[in-house]
Amino acid sequence: MLITCPCCGPRDVAEFTYQGDASRSRPDPASTDQAAWNAYVYDRVNTAGAHREYWQHSGGCRSHLVVLRSTLTHRIDSVRFARDEADGARRRSGSPA
Amino acid sequence: MKEYSALALLRNAFSGNRDWKPAWRKPDPKPQYDVVIVGGGGHGLATAHYLASEHGITDVAVVEKGWLGGGNVGRNTTIIRSNYLLPANTGFYEHSMKLWETLSHELNYNVMFSQRGILNLAHTPGQADDYIRRGNAMRHDGIDAVWMNPAEIARKVPGLDVSAKARFPIVGGLMQPRAGTARHDAVAWGYARAADRRGVDMLENCEVTGFLRDGDRIVGVTTTRGEIRAKKVAVAVAGSTGRVMKLAGIDRLPIESHVLQAFVSESLKPAIDTVVTFGGGHLYVSQSDKGGLVFGGDIDGYNSYAQRGNLPVVEEVMSEMAALFPGWAGVRLLRSWGGIMDMSMDGSPIITAGPLPGLYLNTGWCYGGFKATPASGWCFAWTIARDEPHPLNAAFTLERFHRGAVIDEKGQGATPRLH
Ligand SMILES: Cc1cc2nc3c(=O)[nH]c(=O)nc-3n(C[C@H](O)[C@H](O)[C@H](O)COP(=O)(O)OP(=O)(O)OC[C@H]3O[C@@H](n4cnc5c(N)ncnc54)[C@H](O)[C@@H]3O)c2cc1C
Ligand SMILES: [Zn+2]
Repeated sequence: MLITCPCCGPRDVAEFTYQGDASRSRPDPASTDQAAWNAYVYDRVNTAGAHREYWQHSGGCRSHLVVLRSTLTHRIDSVRFARDEADGARRRSGSPA
Repeated sequence: MKEYSALALLRNAFSGNRDWKPAWRKPDPKPQYDVVIVGGGGHGLATAHYLASEHGITDVAVVEKGWLGGGNVGRNTTIIRSNYLLPANTGFYEHSMKLWETLSHELNYNVMFSQRGILNLAHTPGQADDYIRRGNAMRHDGIDAVWMNPAEIARKVPGLDVSAKARFPIVGGLMQPRAGTARHDAVAWGYARAADRRGVDMLENCEVTGFLRDGDRIVGVTTTRGEIRAKKVAVAVAGSTGRVMKLAGIDRLPIESHVLQAFVSESLKPAIDTVVTFGGGHLYVSQSDKGGLVFGGDIDGYNSYAQRGNLPVVEEVMSEMAALFPGWAGVRLLRSWGGIMDMSMDGSPIITAGPLPGLYLNTGWCYGGFKATPASGWCFAWTIARDEPHPLNAAFTLERFHRGAVIDEKGQGATPRLH
């Protein structure tokens, strides 16, 4: 499997560290909602198909990335910097950066 | 039920082996059963057998999307052990070990259970302390465990680098002599045949595509071979748990599906007569009766339903093997493959009634569901028959993750890569 890092180009998957499902959102750190925290820590959608997931190019430029990959075929459709995705999400939800 | 014997072999040899009965029938689905089991892997088949043999429930169908035994039960490295630390696991896996010890007789099918032992190598004093503590917990529960020093290990496992110059020097090892291996396909076929003889229908090429509901209650399944109603529907689909449970409207579980690879080398003369695990990384190896080294390491580490892995893990597993057994570095690899595993977030399984009325769930087997096959089927059958868990699986609930009652052998915290 090759991941095309937006900074470094196509690199072997061995250079990257997997960090899991990028669609999970952590509750507000000040939240005391036990059920929400339990769900965040333990529960997974475990998608079969197109999966948005975090990887870090830990053996390269060390960027955090959001990769869109099929869990059925391992085909990768897009790789973006995680910070760009986060900025986009913040803009969409209208919250301050 | 005894069909297989030396005499039967002889008799059938004289008639050109034309008179053997097929190991199981190929019935058409009936419109309704008492229990429908989804998944014809080891756990589904064992569940069917114990429902019939222990609880007298024989109006049962096993619904399998492919062929019986084509999933992980036919893809694993066949290690069987009960060398755990925590009470819920030691009790359950030792029950499984005891069932293994009489399984060939019970099924009248040779599952080739070989109690050749498992040796967990320790490479640091801290690891040795940890293993000895686990060994003591096992002995406390009446399970066999022996601490071996490097000289004893060198005698037991020739070819192992026990020198102080090894990259990861061996300081000792925890041996469970009653552990071992079994013939994986025979386990599936033996359970299938035993259940079939008691009247259970094996429905192959029959994929579950949805669930029938009456309000909240699950009352059957839709399949590629039509609708099948059932008083109880029991799901045991291992790596496919997420996909199947979504069909029932359960869209989140404490499970991720990941690919694990396994490897077989060319045949060698007898080299090791036990199972060896490497504590400096993650490697387990044994030798099959045909002479091939059967071994594996870590999961690839990213979510996958693809039943095949990538090369970095291959390279890592081979380098671990060469570090441990330098003399095997020139041995050629014959085959490798992958299986999709149901990785739970605490490394322990789930065997439970629910999460919906009429539905029963068996999942979360991580690296080690083959050894669990007999006890998993036994406890799942109990839970389905009586609508409550047996004390042996009472801790393996789905709610434990939300109650802080996780069963986490190493105290590592939530991650889908434990065993
Ligand atoms: C490479 C590898 C090595 C392993 N090594 C070991 C080991 O050394 N020791 C050990 O104890 N464990 C080991 N395991 C784990 C063990 O194999 C599994 O935990 C165990 O086999 C899972 O239970 P099962 O046998 O019921 O699963 P499976 O055999 O996978 O059965 C599940 C079945 O469900 C079917 N199914 C899925 N979806 C549907 C549907 N919609 N409708 C109908 N049927 C469906 C599948 O086709 C499959 O046949 C290993 C696993 C792998 C992949
Ligand atoms: Zn990079």
